[in-house]
Amino acid sequence: MSYGVKLHVWGERACFTRPEMKVERVSYDVMTPSAARGILEAIHWKPSIRWIVDAIHVLKPIRFQSIRRNEVGSRIPAAAVRKAMKAGAVHDLRMDAAENRQQRAATLLVDVAYVIEAHFELTDRAGEGDTPAKHISMFNRRATDGQCFHQPCFGTREFPAHFSLVEGAPPPSELTGDDRERDLGWMLLDIAHERDSRIGNQHCCTPNCTPLFFRAGLRNGVLAVPPPESVEVRS
Amino acid sequence: MPAIQNRPIQNRYEFVYLFDVTNGNPNGDPDAGNLPRLDPETNKGLVTDVCLKRKIRNFAALSRDGEPRYGIYVQEGAILNEKHRAAYAAARPGDETVAASPKLSPKSDEEERAVRQFMCDNFFDVRSFGAVMGTKINCGQVRGPVQMSFAQSVEPILPLEISITRMAATSIAEKEKAKGDGEAAGGDERSDNRTMGRKHVVPYGLYRSHGYISASLAGKTGFDEDDLGLLWTALEQMFDHDRSAARGEMAGRKLFLFRHDSALGNAPAHRLFDLVDVKRRFQGEDYELDGPGTGNLPPARRFADYAVSVASDRVPAGVTLIEKF
Repeated sequence: MSYGVKLHVWGERACFTRPEMKVERVSYDVMTPSAARGILEAIHWKPSIRWIVDAIHVLKPIRFQSIRRNEVGSRIPAAAVRKAMKAGAVHDLRMDAAENRQQRAATLLVDVAYVIEAHFELTDRAGEGDTPAKHISMFNRRATDGQCFHQPCFGTREFPAHFSLVEGAPPPSELTGDDRERDLGWMLLDIAHERDSRIGNQHCCTPNCTPLFFRAGLRNGVLAVPPPESVEVRS
Repeated sequence: MPAIQNRPIQNRYEFVYLFDVTNGNPNGDPDAGNLPRLDPETNKGLVTDVCLKRKIRNFAALSRDGEPRYGIYVQEGAILNEKHRAAYAAARPGDETVAASPKLSPKSDEEERAVRQFMCDNFFDVRSFGAVMGTKINCGQVRGPVQMSFAQSVEPILPLEISITRMAATSIAEKEKAKGDGEAAGGDERSDNRTMGRKHVVPYGLYRSHGYISASLAGKTGFDEDDLGLLWTALEQMFDHDRSAARGEMAGRKLFLFRHDSALGNAPAHRLFDLVDVKRRFQGEDYELDGPGTGNLPPARRFADYAVSVASDRVPAGVTLIEKF
């Protein structure tokens, strides 16, 4: 038995980057289940539970905007850090932003609002005291009071998500006519992370992590999400 | 070696930051020939989060230069290597095998944690904003407690294009061309060496940015009260150290902090942001932004054309409002 929650989330901008277009980011039309899970986890999560998104209600018309920013193109090499640790000095450990400059455009969503319908399941790491009732009440209390582990975001951290718990019926969708029924093509459901025993069974991206896709479509403004284990989900 | 660390901050914060620009370009858009960034639907000006973070980094580098815990990883411009410390590093060999090894991923949980810890202890920007430490196989990631959103001007802005001239040519070829053009146009001697340029300015814009600081993430990076103090000082003073021909006059105008009593927070962020209200002020009267009639007002050209108020009586229980400046 699982308990469901409904969370209303909204914000000025969002970028749910399509994996096939992530150098110059292009957002999906609608929040991905994976991003929705991230929002729920920002409010409440323990290793003993696993959030599963059931549906995403799209409340606002889907609109895009483009923005180009100066970004840096490289990551911090771990070996350089190790070298600095051994040397006991950090003077060579820095990145020159001007030399690593990359200008990248992003195609963002503007003025978004969704209702996330989700439930959680207990995982094999649940202990004695991990009852579903405890977790559901923790989540509901935090969502009602505006508490969170960190401020949830829409895809990337510069686009914060505001949230409130929905009790009863979700707010009406502003989508009109044809927009309510739309085929969204193949969409990322989530990434099946492999737990890495070397680093304490944490989420950790390795080449073995598998992206899962599903055929997404709006039905009356609602994106139904199949369970991650179902046959509709391809990897 | 890292200095003695204080306790990471224990409270969640949100902040509303207001800054303005006079006859300058706060943040150019590389997609639009360096015009000031605009929201195309509302004509409100934008300043990206990364633009503000860049200035915070620059200020931190300037004010805490050389202090052990306050390195800046993502540097701008020239790298000023301290040669005596390079010598010190050279005096400690033994790391060559590590640098030459093809496998770069941390080999264990402990090592990954140690690498991450080292970066957090030594670099203010990693501790505040986070960083991705990537290798071919494994990613050590640091998510920083400080999260900022795009700043947006409170009213639509009007970017102006100002044509300017330079009384010199870049190259001989350019000079020859200018000479030819000048003769064709009637032979004005002075036009020989001139180059035309463009500058984009916003006559005036008041921008509002929202920020979030998660105490839970601060615990993971060691972001402490000193760091918090530096962040507030940076927001107050960073524009004073970022003068340039393009920026015009920019200034931090207001900073409202909401300190929650607990680490998880005591009220939703959006409700706190709603407490800070900006109105148009004209001849002593305040008008709602975007309200009816504001279109008839003369354009705002200074900070005094706006009225900033905060509903301190409506601050929820468990949240403290601090007006920093």
